[in-house]
Amino acid sequence: MASHYEAPIRKPLISGKKSYHEITKDIVAPIEGKASRLWWIVFSISLAAFLWGTGAIIYTIGTGIGVWGLNKTVGWAWDITNFVWWVGIGHAGTLISAVLLLFRQRWRMAINRSAEAMTIFAVMQAGLFPLIHMGRVWNAHYVFPIPNQYGSLWTNFNSPLLWDVFAISTYLSVSLVFWWTGLLPDFAMIRDRAVKPFQKKIYGLLSFGWSGRAKDWQRFEEVSLVLAGLATPLVLSVHTIVSFDFATAVIPGWHTTIFPPYFVAGAVFSGFAMVNTLLIIMRKVCNLEAYITVGHIELMNIIIMITGSIVGCAYITELFIAWYSGVEYEQYAFLNRATGPYWWAYLLMMTCNVFSPQFMWFKKLRTSILFSFIISIVVNIGMWFERFVIIVTSLHRDYLPSSWTMFSPTFVDISIYIGTIGFFFVLFLLYARTFPVIAQAEVKSILKSSGDHFKRLRDGGEKTETQQNEKKEEQ
Amino acid sequence: MSQIIIQATYDDDDVLMNAVKKVRAENFTIKEVYTPFPVHGLDVAMGLKKSRLAITSFIYGFIGLCFAVWMMNYMMIDDWPQDIGGKPSFSFAENSPSFIPIIFEMSVYFAAHLMVITFYMRSKLWPFKKAENPHPKTTDDQFVMEIYTEAEKQEALSSLIASTGSISIQSNSQ
Repeated sequence: MASHYEAPIRKPLISGKKSYHEITKDIVAPIEGKASRLWWIVFSISLAAFLWGTGAIIYTIGTGIGVWGLNKTVGWAWDITNFVWWVGIGHAGTLISAVLLLFRQRWRMAINRSAEAMTIFAVMQAGLFPLIHMGRVWNAHYVFPIPNQYGSLWTNFNSPLLWDVFAISTYLSVSLVFWWTGLLPDFAMIRDRAVKPFQKKIYGLLSFGWSGRAKDWQRFEEVSLVLAGLATPLVLSVHTIVSFDFATAVIPGWHTTIFPPYFVAGAVFSGFAMVNTLLIIMRKVCNLEAYITVGHIELMNIIIMITGSIVGCAYITELFIAWYSGVEYEQYAFLNRATGPYWWAYLLMMTCNVFSPQFMWFKKLRTSILFSFIISIVVNIGMWFERFVIIVTSLHRDYLPSSWTMFSPTFVDISIYIGTIGFFFVLFLLYARTFPVIAQAEVKSILKSSGDHFKRLRDGGEKTETQQNEKKEEQ
Repeated sequence: MSQIIIQATYDDDDVLMNAVKKVRAENFTIKEVYTPFPVHGLDVAMGLKKSRLAITSFIYGFIGLCFAVWMMNYMMIDDWPQDIGGKPSFSFAENSPSFIPIIFEMSVYFAAHLMVITFYMRSKLWPFKKAENPHPKTTDDQFVMEIYTEAEKQEALSSLIASTGSISIQSNSQ
């Protein structure tokens, strides 16, 4: 086992006494078993929300954007808020699978599959909003530079909105390919176990005939590494470009150079919170506590704490720069943001995003599963309000006091938002029942180095943390 | 002379690695090894050449970069230069700062997708492709080493494999 050496100081990533075959069994259990009652209840609620949202989208397209709460002063509100919120959530997956791969963080292996799935599903929700905001969705292909009968009249490559089209399309498709390539060996594992002919056929189709040759694995690892190298700047570029939508505008409150890093930190922050929300439930429902341990949740909480603090720094920097700039419009935008009619949204944002993650300094709190779950929800609420504050408070009091107004969402705005949450959960729940939710091939490759049992064997008499906990429980 | 294929099955990656080294040291040719997960160092032990996929990715990325530059120069500067917001499109150099994001995205798009397509083609992976692993257990917890040899050397090879801790040996003539 010399080739699998890992320093004893490193905590085991896989608890319990697992063998390669047991990992296989644990990962396929949710797929081969029957859905629980809870799954059906949550799925039905999500499906209902999704259908309701679909109805609202059809109503919007049929009648026009006028059914939303937008007005002449506030021309962007919930649509773009929801778009940025979902794109932000869609940042954790690729960050976990790409950045953590480059940094050789092995704990990513238990969570990367689900985080990437979440990324893809979240970016799909995000993509819906600009699409329906176009009004005439059947002309959506105009955002691509396709030769046409008007000249050809091309798209405007100076526009950050077009950069966004390219960034989101690249991000979605590259994430999808990265995810699928990683899935091939795991689909092959299910295919080779499947007893029912239909199941065998489907997983055979999905696995692209993966056979696990040494050469295939060598290429697989090279491709994973290069994709990680490509996806790392990509993931940073996507939210940078999303922030350009605002940063390149001349609106006070949007026109800030700090936006790109601030948006990226916020995206990682909300993405990890969503991963925590989903995985805390999934590890319980799918009996994956041995793979997604409290240690994993703790590490994600630390990332939430750090990125939350970066976001907090950005909020304060913004306020300082607004004052320091000496531009009265800029100063007013921030004064209005914090103390104007939307003070409650600003306060909610500050509390959820800057204050609440600071609890994670305490080990007791960041290793508490219930507390982590609550904070993950709080963070996502906070990050939604961050976008709402940036977008609506910068617009609702513009240069002409006669056009000052407030924004109130209509039931259509709310329904579409709820609909996307429903759609997201429909996709994630279907995924959890049919896909291998943990990258089992990768986990098997670290079993001997990072598995609790093997570490214990190697390190001789020294007791590991899990072992000590077991002993405590016995007493 | 007929070729014999010997399939030796193992249930541990470390035992497999030692076996691969031993068999190669005895001058037998390992045709293939099927494993359920990436075994680090196996490619070196088997004497596989390094993968060149990273190089292809760089080339594809460069093609993407050139394509993006050509596309935006053609559309914004050559074909229909427009005056957008009082900022006319006179030359590529003047407009280039706003082309950077898409040049970057296109480079990544080409590098990632074409490399993955190359990988799928080289490793023969596509929908409806039939799997070729000799035993379904090789995607679960077992490892199979395939060795081609001549009939007269079969005895020697079998006893060599038996000494490496293989859990089962199968031979087929070709």
